[in-house]
Amino acid sequence: MKVLEANKIGELAAALSAAGWRVLLPIEDGKVVRLAPWSPGAAVRTDVVPVNSIKDALFPPSEVIGRFGLDGGDFTVQEAPVDTAKTAALCVRPCDAASVSLLDTIFNWDFPDAFYNARRSAVTIVSLVCASADEQCFCTSVGGRPDGTAGADAVLRPAEAGAKLILEPLTDKGRALADAAGALLSEATVTADEPAEVPQKFDRPAVTKWLAANFNSPLWQKWSLACLGCGACAFTCPTCHCFDIQDETTRSQCVRYRNWDTCALALFTQHAGGHNPRIDQAARRRQRLMHKLSYIPERFGLVGCSGCGRCQRVCPAGLGIVEICQAIEDIQKVPAR
Amino acid sequence: MIENIYQPTVMRIAASRDEAPDVRTLRLEFAHDQTRRDFFAAYRVGQFGIYGVPGAGESVFCVASPPTRQEYIECTFRRVGRVTSALADREVGQTITFRGPYGTHFPIDSWRGRNLLFIAGGIALPPLRSVIWNILDRRSEFGRVAIVYGARTVADLVYKHELADWASRGDVQLVTTVDPGGQTPDWTGRIGFVPTVLKEAAPSSDNCVALVCGPPVMIKFSLPVLTELGFTPDNIYTTLENRMKCGVGKCGRCNVGSLYVCKDGPVFTVRQVMAMPQADL
Repeated sequence: MKVLEANKIGELAAALSAAGWRVLLPIEDGKVVRLAPWSPGAAVRTDVVPVNSIKDALFPPSEVIGRFGLDGGDFTVQEAPVDTAKTAALCVRPCDAASVSLLDTIFNWDFPDAFYNARRSAVTIVSLVCASADEQCFCTSVGGRPDGTAGADAVLRPAEAGAKLILEPLTDKGRALADAAGALLSEATVTADEPAEVPQKFDRPAVTKWLAANFNSPLWQKWSLACLGCGACAFTCPTCHCFDIQDETTRSQCVRYRNWDTCALALFTQHAGGHNPRIDQAARRRQRLMHKLSYIPERFGLVGCSGCGRCQRVCPAGLGIVEICQAIEDIQKVPAR
Repeated sequence: MIENIYQPTVMRIAASRDEAPDVRTLRLEFAHDQTRRDFFAAYRVGQFGIYGVPGAGESVFCVASPPTRQEYIECTFRRVGRVTSALADREVGQTITFRGPYGTHFPIDSWRGRNLLFIAGGIALPPLRSVIWNILDRRSEFGRVAIVYGARTVADLVYKHELADWASRGDVQLVTTVDPGGQTPDWTGRIGFVPTVLKEAAPSSDNCVALVCGPPVMIKFSLPVLTELGFTPDNIYTTLENRMKCGVGKCGRCNVGSLYVCKDGPVFTVRQVMAMPQADL
């Protein structure tokens, strides 16, 4: 098996970088750890879940999807280039790698999105089996595993108490990356460490079943009373993919951006004429939960949540998906009278 | 070259007509004949387009002209926000952007030989107007055509010149109405709300398909009347107007239940609409 010394992640990044890759790694950035472009001297941190996911590299918070030349009242349609930079995303959490299948689906049903697909085909995802998990992690409740390999082109498995990493290529892209790593990898036989333990916190199919029948439950009001409608949950979510389209102009140019948006915000469904179907925060919070755990399973046979726990870590009101799912499970345990 | 699904085509405004206060129709010609042919190869009545002005943005309206008229398309909209104001401010000869056609269509080919009842309120006539003209342009294929159309006031009725055409051509039963107080001294149509007028007109449901489009309150009170007349939820069609941005099932804005109005709609039967989470409509 191919083995990398764990303290040589930076050297691997340097080697790939020298070979023309853009390298993404979880890097310390002030008080947080962010999946970000690696540069020499960057402090790589794999012990915590980074605040952002691989989604940012495939579907960035803001990107250009159109350009127009402006000349008085006239305009011309111009090409908007796609991003094809060859990218290696290293030490990606298995939950994040697994979440990419939903993005692949959304950005390709009927109408293939060239902007997403250019980035997607240029990225090689190397996940890192979780050696630790925190109390917000719940991948095992939504079909994932701390050592899951779904969505990964290669997987790094910690060995010898984290001193070494076994690189296991899974796809052609993963094999190409292993080849590029060259002499940094040695052939050796080591035993992988036990992955982190992530206890299952709720029965996802049971929750999905309850949701399908309880759009009108009064509990949505209760569950959303503390929600500030800030959208932080969506903006850190690896599967939330809703966006807005806005134009920015100068005298001679209009640039059309798509920017992340979220159903948590009141303006999301606000019509110009004044009507807003999701009039209160309960309706908006319900939409987010329903979309992830009822509509996406029904429509695409996938789950719109990878259990990364980011929404719960960032929520300023301390709300989370898990507490609602557990409450739903508890309701179902109460015997019918 | 990549295919950018968000990149619009350019349309030239060939004509512009004011229908009602703040309501305008633009007749749009394709800048390139190949684009025109591609559009009409795909376009079926009921589908929508995304119209825009670079700098202001894009808005979603139905294509208000039928696929039987292949020289141009028309859209009718109310000046209400930033994009519709920018569109309304464009003059004949200037250009706008267009994407489409998107979404589902009315299955009119399966309605051959059947009678048709159109019920519309106010600014909601445009999505049915394309169907009406599509049917009238293929008149011999269909049975009786009845239209019940109302608006708050006489001024708010759109396509006034076409209403006169429909009333006089002899093969359309047209009933127009305005809300009480909305009439003018020379108004010869009905006075009353659409559901009430519909009940009085009592069109037969025999071998008939109904198409309803209007404000939610009009639809709400028209449906029981239609049921009383014998229409089933499978025989009543409508078209939904959710807010949209992308039009191609990505941006998530028009998601209602597990459906995306931009792809699964905008055309639905009332049975389909009744199965949706009503509070999200």
